[in-house]
Order: sequence, then C-alpha cells, then structure tokens
Amino acid sequence: MNDELRAPIAFIIMGILLATVGFTQSWSVSLSVINLCIISSIMAIGVNLQWGYGGLFNAGVMGFTALGGLTAVLVSHDPIYEAWDKAGVGIVISAIIFVLSITALLFVFRNIENKQIRNTLIILIIVFGLIGINNFYGPSIDIIESINPAKTGFLGGLGLPIIFSWLIAAVVAGLIAWVIGKITLRLRSDYLAIATLGISEIVIAVVKHEDWLSRGVKNVSGLDRPVPYEIELQQSEWFLNLVERLNFSKLEAMQSLSSRQDLLNDLVIDSSGIFVKLCYAGLFFSVLLLIFYLSQLALNSPWGRMLRAIRDNEEAASAMGKNIFAQHLQIFIIGSAIIGIAGAMLTTLDGQFTPGSYRPLRFTFIIWLMVIIGGSGNNLGSIFGGFFIWFIWIEAEPLSIGFMNMLAGGLEYENPLRMHLLGSAAHLRLFIMGLLLLLALRFMPRGVIPEKIQKK
Amino acid sequence: MTGGYGGEDIIHGCDIEVDRNQIVVIVGPNGAGKSTAMKAMLGMISLKEGSLKLDGLDISKLTPQDRVAAGIAFVPQTMNIFSELTVEENLEIGAFLREDNVRETIEEIYNLFPAMKDKRNQLAGELSGGQRQQVAVSRALMTRPKVLMLDEPTAGVSPIVMKEIFERIITIKNSGVAIVIVEQNAKQALNIADFAYVLVGGENKFSGEGQELLNNQEVRKSFLGG
Amino acid sequence: MENFEFINAMVLLANFVIVPALSYGSQLALATLSLTIIYGVLRFSNFAQADWMSFGTMATILFTWLFQSAGISAGILPTALLALPFAIIVTALFCLLIDRSVYSFYRKQKSQPIVLMIVSVGVMFILQAVVRFIIGPNDRKFFDGEKYIVHALDFKNYFGLAEGLTIKSTQLITVIVALVAMISLFYFLQKTKLGKSMRAYSNNEDLALLSGINPEKIVIVTWIISSILITTAGVLYGLDKSFKPFTYFNLLLPMFAAAIVGGIGSPIGAVIGGYVIAFSEITLTYAYKKFFVYLLPESLEPSGLMQVLSTDYKFAISFIILVIVLIVRPTGIVRGKII
Repeated sequence: MNDELRAPIAFIIMGILLATVGFTQSWSVSLSVINLCIISSIMAIGVNLQWGYGGLFNAGVMGFTALGGLTAVLVSHDPIYEAWDKAGVGIVISAIIFVLSITALLFVFRNIENKQIRNTLIILIIVFGLIGINNFYGPSIDIIESINPAKTGFLGGLGLPIIFSWLIAAVVAGLIAWVIGKITLRLRSDYLAIATLGISEIVIAVVKHEDWLSRGVKNVSGLDRPVPYEIELQQSEWFLNLVERLNFSKLEAMQSLSSRQDLLNDLVIDSSGIFVKLCYAGLFFSVLLLIFYLSQLALNSPWGRMLRAIRDNEEAASAMGKNIFAQHLQIFIIGSAIIGIAGAMLTTLDGQFTPGSYRPLRFTFIIWLMVIIGGSGNNLGSIFGGFFIWFIWIEAEPLSIGFMNMLAGGLEYENPLRMHLLGSAAHLRLFIMGLLLLLALRFMPRGVIPEKIQKK
Repeated sequence: MTGGYGGEDIIHGCDIEVDRNQIVVIVGPNGAGKSTAMKAMLGMISLKEGSLKLDGLDISKLTPQDRVAAGIAFVPQTMNIFSELTVEENLEIGAFLREDNVRETIEEIYNLFPAMKDKRNQLAGELSGGQRQQVAVSRALMTRPKVLMLDEPTAGVSPIVMKEIFERIITIKNSGVAIVIVEQNAKQALNIADFAYVLVGGENKFSGEGQELLNNQEVRKSFLGG
Repeated sequence: MENFEFINAMVLLANFVIVPALSYGSQLALATLSLTIIYGVLRFSNFAQADWMSFGTMATILFTWLFQSAGISAGILPTALLALPFAIIVTALFCLLIDRSVYSFYRKQKSQPIVLMIVSVGVMFILQAVVRFIIGPNDRKFFDGEKYIVHALDFKNYFGLAEGLTIKSTQLITVIVALVAMISLFYFLQKTKLGKSMRAYSNNEDLALLSGINPEKIVIVTWIISSILITTAGVLYGLDKSFKPFTYFNLLLPMFAAAIVGGIGSPIGAVIGGYVIAFSEITLTYAYKKFFVYLLPESLEPSGLMQVLSTDYKFAISFIILVIVLIVRPTGIVRGKII
C-alpha cells in the first residue's frame, strides 16, 4: 500500500471501530476508551521519541507514569497542616541530610584520587547519612502516618489546581530522567532496558511503601477535577436546558408529563456523564495535539536530524565529533517528561492515585507495543498505535468471552471445561497482545504507519 | 570464477590455481576483489559462473562447513581465535569435524610452534599478537587441510613477527599443504611465493612466479611503490 | 553463659539469614545460569525467561497431579522431583517450537540483539497467557513428602538453646539439586566436545562456523540446557515457597540483576551473582535487633529494629545493587562480555 495513504486509512478504521462501540455498547463507554486512548498515545509519543528517534530502549515507562501520578497528588491535594506542624521539620532535615550525603558522595567520588581514602570516606558518609536520616526520618514518618490515618496520614500536597500538575509532572519526570540517564545511557541498548526496568520498579516500591508521601497502597482518592462534576451539571439550569433542546423531539413524543420528566432525568444523568468525558477528551486532545506539534517541529529541526543520524550510524556520528551522550540524554529527558505528563493526566482522569495498580505489563510493555505496531519513528504511528492497542486491550475481554462461548458452545452449562474456558477468557488478551507484536515484527517490522524515509 | 555480493560483480573471471607444496600469493590494491575471491573459495558467497575444484572434485556447490570437511582451511584476518578458550581448546575446536584421535595432530602442532605447548592452558586472548596469529594458524591446521588460506596473516604485526610467520608458513608448505595467502605486504609475501597473482578490478592482471613479479617493472611501479 | 549467648545469636542468624539465603540463592543462580546461557549463545536478553520458569513449573505441577492421582509417589521426597524430567522435556520441546516459529527467522536475518529482545517480549506475553490459561493466575502449593529435616522445636530441646534452627527438606533438596546441576553444567561446558563447541560458538560465531560447528545444533542444545536449568529453578522455588505466575514474572529482574552483577555471559558470574543478590536481599532486610540483644551487654542494646532497609524494599534491593554495579563496575564481578 502507498505509504501516504496508510495514515488516513488507519485512522478512518480506528474511527469506525470507536463508533461501533458507541453504537453497540454506549457512547459513554466509547468516550472512556477514547480518553485512555489519548493518554496512551501521549505515552507512546514519549517512548517513540526515545526509541524511534533516539534508538533508546526505555523499559521504565511505568516509573515515569507513576511519577506523573505522584506529582498530580502532590500538586493538587490540600496540605495537611497538622502533619507539617508536627513532623515537617524532621522530614525537611532528613531530606537535607539526604541531599548533603549524595552531594558529598559525588564530591568524594570525583575528587579523591586515593582509593583507600575514597572508600573509607564513602563508607563513613553512607553510615553517618543513614544514622542521621534514621534519627529524624523514622520518628517523623511515624507521627505523620498516625495523624488521621484512615483519611490522610501523609503530608498532603500544595493545594493547587490539578491541571498545573501536568506541567510540573513534566519537570519532575524530566529531572528524574536526567539522573537516570546520567547513570544508564552509556550502557549498551539491552542493558539500558534492564536498568530502566529495574529503576521503574524502585520508583514503584517507593510510592507503594512511603506512606507519608502519598499514603502508599492506601491510595489517595478524591483528587480535584479540572472539569465539572456530574452532580453540579445535573443541578445547573443551562445544562438542563441544553439537554432538553438536544432531545427535543424525543421528549415531545412522550405522552404524559411525568414520563416526560422521568425521561428528562435519565437523559440528564446520562448526558452529564458524557459531558464530563467530553470535557476530558477535549483537554486531553489539546495536550496531544500540542505535544504532537512540538515533537514534529523538534524532529524536523537540525537537532532532530542529528538525532536520527546518530541512531542510524552511531560510529559515523561520533567520528564527526557529535556528542552522542548529550544528545541521548536530551531525548531521554524529553521523552520521559512527556510520559510524566501522561501519567499526571491519567491520575487526573481516575481522580485517584493507586500505586498498587502499576504493573510493568500494563504500563511499560503495552506502550512499547503501541510504538512498534504503530510504526517506530513516526509520531502519527504512535498516536495510531496508542488508540489501536488500547482499544484492543479493552475490547479483547468481551471478544474473548464471546470466543470462549463459541468454543464451549456444545457443552452443558455446568461442564467443568466450559467453566474453565470462560474463567480463563481474560487471559486471552495477553495472548492477543503477544501475537500482535510477533506478527507485526515479522510481517510489518516498520509498523502500520512507517517512518518516512528522509530525502537527503 | 565470477561473483559478488549481489548487485554488481566484484570479481570477474579470475583464475587461481594452487598445488601441493606450493605457496600462492594474491596481491592487489584495495578493492581489487582479493577478499571477495577468498570468500568465494570458502563458499561464503556463491559463484555466478565458474567452478572450484579440489583434487579434481567439484566443490562449488558445497556449504562452507562441507568445504572445511573437504579439506579447505581458512585463517581470517581478524577475530581468528577463540579468545575466551585456552590454546589447547582452540586446537580441539579446530578439529571439531574429525572423529579420529586428534592428540597426534596436536603434538605435531606443538612441534611446529613450541610456544603453543608452553601456553596450552592459557586463554588465547591473553597471548601476544604474534602468538595469537600462531594459534589462529594452528587451529586451521587441525583439520589437516589440503589447502590453507590465510587472509593478511601479517596485518598489524611487527616486522620480526612477520618474518617468523612467513618462516612457519614455509614449514607448513613443506609438510605437503597447498597455501593461498592474500597480502597487503606485497613485497615480503612475493618473496616467499612460488606463484602469485595480481588482482585488479576483479581480474588477474598479472600472474607468475613470485620473483618474476617482483622484478616486473610494471608491477613494481603500480603496486610495490617503485 | 557468655558462650551460649553467642551460639544463640549464630543460630538465629543461620535460621533467618543463612539457610533461607542459601536456598533462594541456589534457585536464583540456576535461573540466572539459564538466562546467561541464552545471552551468551543466542546473544539477546531474554525477557521471557521468567515466564519460561512459570511454564516449566506449571508443567511439573501438572505431571505431579497426574502421578499423585495414579498413586505414584517418591516417598519422603516431593513427587514433583519425579515429575521434573517429564516437565523438562515438555518445556524444551515448547522452547524449540517457539525457536523454530519465532526466533530462527530473526537469527537468519542476523537481526540486532535489541530486536530479538523485543521479540522475546512478545513471547513473554504469549507464555503468560498460556500459563494463566492452563493453570490460572492463583497461588498453588504442590509440595508433598517430608516437610522438615530439622525442626526448630527439636533443635531447641536437643541442644538446650533459646533459639531454634529449622531446615526444611525443600531447602536441602534445593541446595543439593542446584549443586548437582551446576557441577554437571560446568563439566559439560569445560570438558565435553559439545560444551566446548558451545563456548566456542558463543565466543566467536564466524570462526566456529569455519571450524565446522553446526550453529543449529548449538541453538537446540542451548534451548535444552536452558529448559533444564529454568524448570529446575522454578520447581525448587515453588517447592520452597509456592507457585504463582505473577511472582515468577517478578523474578525476572533479580535474574537480570544477578546476571549483570556477576558479569553477563559468564556462567560462573551467574552463580556468584545469584548468591550475591539473594544474600543482599535477605541480609539487608533482616532486623538484627534480637541478634544484637544476644551479643551486646544490656547497656548497649539497640532500641530500633536494626534493619538496613524495610522488608517493603526487599524487591528493590536487587535493582539498587544492579545500579551500583552498573556505575562502579559495569562488566560485573567476573568480567563478562564486553558491554
């Protein structure tokens, strides 16, 4: 197929699929899928910048997503003043000791030549750092976690509108990416993957177990929203009027006034849900467009061309005096920042932060599938991949159950084989994902919307 | 022989012949098709035309592994030893295809290269450049080949080592092996060559006995730097 | 009395640190060996390796059930040990099937290691689906036979100590089986012709071809050895603790950490790495309070738990070590393949 035609056709098919869900299931479901599709697409663009353009295998997507989510909590939640009053000093002091120890370690590492002195100093710093931190940190977190543990038990956040967190998430994820990149980017590609996978697990371990920070696995829920609440809409005059006007003919057809009122109530409840999702979709879509536009701009600049040159031939680029490490670090930071934004958006959409739900399969490897199947090196491909794979991931379950029902068609209801087949249907989607990836790698290694070959 | 890597042919109709107890040297400028010719002989690229015969037997259709079994041994220019294996293991792997007792051959090689015997249990990668070259040649000899092919055996070694390597090659030749060498150090190689070919643009430009070519004005001017 | 305190402290340490770490380390070492052999010969980081462990263990459990229902048992030993060889055969055959249908294509293309790694992610998904489909995602115990060799209570009574030492039979079985497997593997690699040719192939593929080594044969042998090691590791781990697909998947990172810490591509490094990771995980998260209470005079008794890291971070320790090794000595303890 002509490469030029692939993108429009792919997106038209995607549109038809989503519309089918809208007509057969409901528009509310369809919109929920779309919202997560958009977030997935943003993550996929982040990964695509790193892999498709930079050739870096970042298997730590989950970690940056969680960092984004954490930022959403820390930016939007109201501060818990009581916790700050009683234990804030302790936490700040331990943070200072921590930073000082790290700085001292780095200083010793860089400036002391004598190995013996260096090693002794390193051990001393670590031991005293640990003792110092333990002295302040342990008691402080005990206090923080004991303050109203059922509801808060953490320090809270800044109390700013949650939408700010999207931007701050980019900064936080970018900063952490800078540290991680400094450590790992000199490694060969598959080492980088393993290292980032490990680091993302460390991030998850921290947000899961540092209850003073974000309540750990007790989750933070009820985060504020950048869009109106359903209940507010249902009570506002203009929304009622809007719904009435849109459904005028339906309402007119009703015989009695009471049944007309009932229908209107139902419609208002339905519409308020859809309206909220539409608001999210609008916000998310604007972010997606902005990120897509900026990415395209950057990648078609001399900077982007140099990046691709390095990816295609590292030796030649290095021989030409390009600083490969610096380039890789830049793209690693930018990609991770984008993933961080998506992570904050996801938490915003959910209205809660649930560290226990971060699993590498869902938050790292599925994103990779999106990029590879969509077309590495093409942002449009990543957007399509984000939509398509997320759609499959969600819709695979009902489809699998249908498929299993078909397989078990001839069996009696209580038949153990039938029960087993239906019970295991949910696992089929893993199989579908794996198969899709393998088929794509084999028969469509450049993806659905391949990278455009640059004219020299 | 005619062949190449697909696309344009790199060698066209070049003939190379070697006999037992003979050293044949192939020289020529960069990109003349020397390495390609050698790869064709090894079966790493397939020929479009022409054939390869070993003792009258056509081996043109054999895989590289089968050619090794038929009696062709090859010493690549780089990466020609198993650096993480000991010297003796290198020799044993060299004899991988042989089912009979290889001890005797190993002893023969230790006689030929006494240094090998002392270092038999050392990792080959830890040896000096010249010794590594000896391991490489020894490994190839373990199949008791009829033809031994060497790709630039003296690239990157000191003149003293180069001299030693050439001496060993003569010893090997005298044990009844036909030897083909591709060389950049043309002058020295031609000195020990019984017969030599000068390859240019994938064709035999000149051929003749080593000394004869060394004295050939045209060859001297164009390839040996006067 | 002084001496008794010391012995109690040591028994405490042995019971909670040394014995568990030794058995977990042996399991990890075997698993890491399989990962490292795939890496050394087939040249890619196999992300599906932990799921091969699930698959092999699942096969063992199925055979165990079959034997149990047929009334076959191994007496005081777990039935799973009887089932293991059959499960290895099934796992190896499935490995070879996947290799034929998936990996061999990329090998022929001479694809870059990173491509093979991404392919292994696809295989990972499929294996997870297969395992969950057949046996389900839940926790399963399949241990039978004699549970303890030394029981804490008996130990206490016998020696008249305050602290008891428990040695589960699975721990002893683990250490013995792992030792046998490692010794056989090293014998195979160092002393047999096939083993040497495998090392040669891993070291220098082109030259191995020139020496007449058949690469396809090496690939087959590699998958078989990997299946033996990974299935054995999985079964030992499952006997010791329990089998759950998600837990097994989580072992992937300690495995990678052990491989890199030991020096990737080096079998000896894999073994060392396995034990280093296991011992670090357990020593760093153990609360030494009681240990010091025994050793120190009352006035110096520690107030805290004397724990370096909370057990919550047990899982993260392997990566922390991994990161440190990557910074300080990227080639690993035993110098592995060049990065």
